[in-house]
Amino acid sequence: MAYDPKGPAIETAGLVKVFGETRAVDGVDLTVPRGTVYGVLGPNGAGKTTTVKMLATLLRPDGGEAHVFGHDVVREADAVRSRVSLTGQYASVDEDLTGTENLILLGRLLGHGKPQARSRSAQLLEAFGLTDAAGKQVKHYSGGMRRRIDIAASILSTPDLLFLDEPTTGLDPRSRNQVWDIVRAVVAQGTTVLLTTQYLDEADQLASRIAVIDKGKVIAEGTKGELKASVGAGSVHLRLREAEQRPEAERVLAHCLDAQVQLEPDPVALTARVGTDGNGEQAAEQASRVLSELARAGITVDNFALGQPSLDEVFLALTDRPAVATADEEVVA
Amino acid sequence: MSTAAETRSTEELAPVATETLAELLVAKDRPPRPSALSTSITFGWRAILKIKHVPEQLFDVTAFPIMMVLMYTYLFGGALAGSVDAYVQFLLPGILVMSVVMITMYTGVSVNTDIEKGVFDRFRTLPIWRPSVMVGYLLGDALRYTIASIVMLAVGLAIGFRPDGGFVGVLLGVALLIVFSFAFSWVWTMFGLLLRSEKSVMGVSMMFLFPLTFLSNIFVEPKTMPGWLQAFVNNSPVTHLTNAVRGLMDGDWPATEIAWTLGWAGVFIAIFGPITMRLYTRK
Repeated sequence: MAYDPKGPAIETAGLVKVFGETRAVDGVDLTVPRGTVYGVLGPNGAGKTTTVKMLATLLRPDGGEAHVFGHDVVREADAVRSRVSLTGQYASVDEDLTGTENLILLGRLLGHGKPQARSRSAQLLEAFGLTDAAGKQVKHYSGGMRRRIDIAASILSTPDLLFLDEPTTGLDPRSRNQVWDIVRAVVAQGTTVLLTTQYLDEADQLASRIAVIDKGKVIAEGTKGELKASVGAGSVHLRLREAEQRPEAERVLAHCLDAQVQLEPDPVALTARVGTDGNGEQAAEQASRVLSELARAGITVDNFALGQPSLDEVFLALTDRPAVATADEEVVA
Repeated sequence: MSTAAETRSTEELAPVATETLAELLVAKDRPPRPSALSTSITFGWRAILKIKHVPEQLFDVTAFPIMMVLMYTYLFGGALAGSVDAYVQFLLPGILVMSVVMITMYTGVSVNTDIEKGVFDRFRTLPIWRPSVMVGYLLGDALRYTIASIVMLAVGLAIGFRPDGGFVGVLLGVALLIVFSFAFSWVWTMFGLLLRSEKSVMGVSMMFLFPLTFLSNIFVEPKTMPGWLQAFVNNSPVTHLTNAVRGLMDGDWPATEIAWTLGWAGVFIAIFGPITMRLYTRK
């Protein structure tokens, strides 16, 4: 493949990885443009980590091809390695060493001289708010601190492509927001980020394009707008004051939204999908219409929420109605 | 966007300075690829840092060797050589070889416990000479072998060991022993990667090391052994090594034995080095 300095950061065709009987990755086609955050969204065991490991030269594909900046991940593994960094799902740092030692170790392995490795480590620890913990062994770090030192280790030399494998799984909301800030800062400097996640809102917050992956296959790919359009903008969640009023509320909702209404196990709660064209504004309009209709029917609403579609809903929508998915063909091209 | 961050405080953590971070990221130039020697030494430094953080792990290179020297010298000394003092002259170089060769098995144990950790994914994505991770382990272990040798020599000297080779002879003997152990350790890096648990690594190591070290000329001269055993003992790498170390510490220059020892060392690296690296790459 001829090297194209403006070509995609990642290009895969029919990528396959088989573990025993399981086809963990089963013909994945991806095209990741440069300088963006590309989200790979999927549940546990969908094949996200396996895909990342193949792209980061950790696993050999059993079929198909993958190129990173035009370099074949198998035949030119070293060229790929010199351009990428990986932050794994579990801390990819040495837990027995301190934060500073970890960063100096990796700095030296990347070819920095001792003084450079030392100063860059200190600067990164400071930027990541870890100066106080610099001398502590990483095994004593909290979850949020581990992710930070992990990402810091990945950018000791600014990589052209950064793999972030579920960077916020298990983090509290505050640490999560901070990881997001870091990702934004990294991508703002021109690094391409491939982010895998189980959370739709995370992909929504960070990624410009998203591939939804399930059972080793890409089941949808596109911009955020395109994907949401295929699912609907979200759902209204209602809690009524009186359980007796629920059948009436269900009727109002069904009439108003022309959508299936779901009765929750909680006898006062019900949920319905809104904004099937993916237009957020319209979803809000629909929701307010629902509220006024309910008020007119004399139904007291205790609690009301307009939620993003959950990953479950995305999968339901995508696997029930594969025709809606925005063109697998598009990625193959 | 992160207004929650200001109001909630779930972790006592300083905020991320995104502006500083952005400045740091601007530096795009990657330094040149480091040499194989440099990355190996860096990994050796990692091994030493681990010893620094968990000094208890030096137990097996201090207490164990002291026990070996004292136990065998006083147990066999009178019976085998007439006196403890006479026996220690013969035994010490041998027991040094035995202890250090036995300690090499911990290389396999530490590779086995270490390799499953996430940090290896990072090491494997670095553009470096791949064997340097393993060489780093062995360099760290070479330090452990050195410590064990010094400890045993100190105990030996205290109980009457008087080598004719003097300081230089002893130094050369220890150096040869460490070179051999470095090469021999590749057997254990292989098992460390091959076997599933720390326990199985220990089990397999003992099964090899006991016969290999006992069926040698460490404790007694092979003359009284049956012919078939002599055939094994006289050709064992441990016997060659013991002869070479004994000779050097005695002030001789046992060229043939040194050549045999280095030859075996080369064979171990040539066979088990590539197997280890193959397993490492596939792991």
